[in-house]
Amino acid sequence: MFRRSEQDKRPQVQIFVDGVAVAARQGDTVSAALLASGVDARRGTAVSGAPRLPYCMMGVCFDCLVTIDGVGNRQGCLVPVAEGMQIEIQKGKREIGR
Amino acid sequence: MSVAPKREDYDVVVIGAGPAGLAAAATSASAGLTTLMLDENIGPGGQVFRAISSTPVTDRDQLGADYWVGADLVQALRAGNAEVIHRATVWSLDRNLDIAVSIGGASAFVKAKRVILATGALERPFPIPGWTLPGVMTAGAAQTMLKSSALVPDGRTVIAGQGPLLWLLAAQILRLGGRIDRILDTTERGNYFAALPHAFAFLTSPYFAKGLAMMREVKAKVQVVSGVTELAAAGDGQLASVTYVAGGKRETIPADLLLLHQGVVPNVNLAMSAGVEHRWDDLQLCWSPVLDASGNSSVSGIAIAGDGAGIGGANAAVVRGRIAARAAVEALAPASAVRLPAMATLRSDLAKAERGRVFLDTLFRPAPQFRIPSGDTIVCRCEEVTAKDVLDSVAIGATGPNQLKAYRRTGMGPCQGRLCGLTVTELMAQARGKTPQEIGYYRLRAPVKPITLAELAAVPKSEADVKAVVRG
Repeated sequence: MFRRSEQDKRPQVQIFVDGVAVAARQGDTVSAALLASGVDARRGTAVSGAPRLPYCMMGVCFDCLVTIDGVGNRQGCLVPVAEGMQIEIQKGKREIGR
Repeated sequence: MSVAPKREDYDVVVIGAGPAGLAAAATSASAGLTTLMLDENIGPGGQVFRAISSTPVTDRDQLGADYWVGADLVQALRAGNAEVIHRATVWSLDRNLDIAVSIGGASAFVKAKRVILATGALERPFPIPGWTLPGVMTAGAAQTMLKSSALVPDGRTVIAGQGPLLWLLAAQILRLGGRIDRILDTTERGNYFAALPHAFAFLTSPYFAKGLAMMREVKAKVQVVSGVTELAAAGDGQLASVTYVAGGKRETIPADLLLLHQGVVPNVNLAMSAGVEHRWDDLQLCWSPVLDASGNSSVSGIAIAGDGAGIGGANAAVVRGRIAARAAVEALAPASAVRLPAMATLRSDLAKAERGRVFLDTLFRPAPQFRIPSGDTIVCRCEEVTAKDVLDSVAIGATGPNQLKAYRRTGMGPCQGRLCGLTVTELMAQARGKTPQEIGYYRLRAPVKPITLAELAAVPKSEADVKAVVRG
């Protein structure tokens, strides 16, 4: 869906998406890194389980909700990637205690 | 990174680091007022100057000169003494100017003598069939990724809608080597005639020549279909095609990415939750705060600057930020106001920056069928409520957006009405034969962004606080 422009010389950062290593770039938000990676990052909604991807990328639509380092319902478009970050694609509601 | 505010009290707290916020905070700090800037994003710039300090797009021509203006604003802010905290989400502001802000998973509380809200705009909802499908995004979303991560569309890409941002985005995608298969222009034919009386002001504004050049640049490379009157996205769990009607002819084209845009509207949530009076704007088709000439709202001590004060664009936002900050300085430290540009100068700058706006508003006023959906089209993305659901609720007695919550939970999901509020108001107004002003809007309350119960529970409490809610 998206690809990186060659002029992007930012250092790589390795994150894990459902346990699989994915290359991101320093300064990417979690959502941007997921959309650039080509992995199937579709979450399932809390109401019907319908598949969704980020819509607004600016913190207002909440369709980028994702579990980051064990914490559910984070807005992936507002969180920068960090080395070793563990991302889980959230299917359905946030679980209690996460 | 997750640094709490250094003080408990500030002269001025500016919320939002876009054009208006940057200008306001720099002005306030330069006059010697203790100034705190809180911003939700990773770095300064808001949407228009997003990633201005970190963008990997190094070729300056690709983003355009108007973008790099933001670097000067950031420099002016950094040259002063304003305290700036990013990744800081303000979740409460009240009439006493008490502010609650979430930073790194913990909440902090500050009190201001004046608050300048610069929470900007968000893209108007574009509720067409299939707009919740993966692969359908806003044009602003694509531009955010382009500016902050140098990402460009590379699948079959369709851009649909209207307004200046759409053309700017298209030009930027092409300059970075991205792919656009087709542009579907939804501008209503009648709008061209309606806008004509306002054309002179626009022709003499700086936007005219720039806009024309950009449209030429894009049209030379991409097929543009104008007069689009119907639009729908389709696919099974993922966007597969876009169907549109233009000139009475229906066509379906395969697509991996559909970027939607029909203008921007004020982001009202924080201001409304603080009790700031808003009114329906019949030209811009959105809620705008009631403000005086200095940006002061109906709540004493709260001013609003930038697009949150009514859409005016980046140049107007900068000047409105300076005006609101100067007004704060005049109120709190009148002797220091002499160091700042005179109010008369600022007001004439604003008039200049706002020239041509009525023309743009009239020309790019979105058509009713793209604002007021019908049938199975989703209105509330969070709670997955359709237009038919809303109309059925009206038929059995729902009178306005707040009653509708009890029927269908519209606006009660995590986005708190940001993506459905305008649609619900207009849809209910039409169904009930009332004006949007009469129908009203969701009653917004803190927390205006979701925070965890754990974060709330960790907030320091006095013995009196506990006694107030614990029995026995």
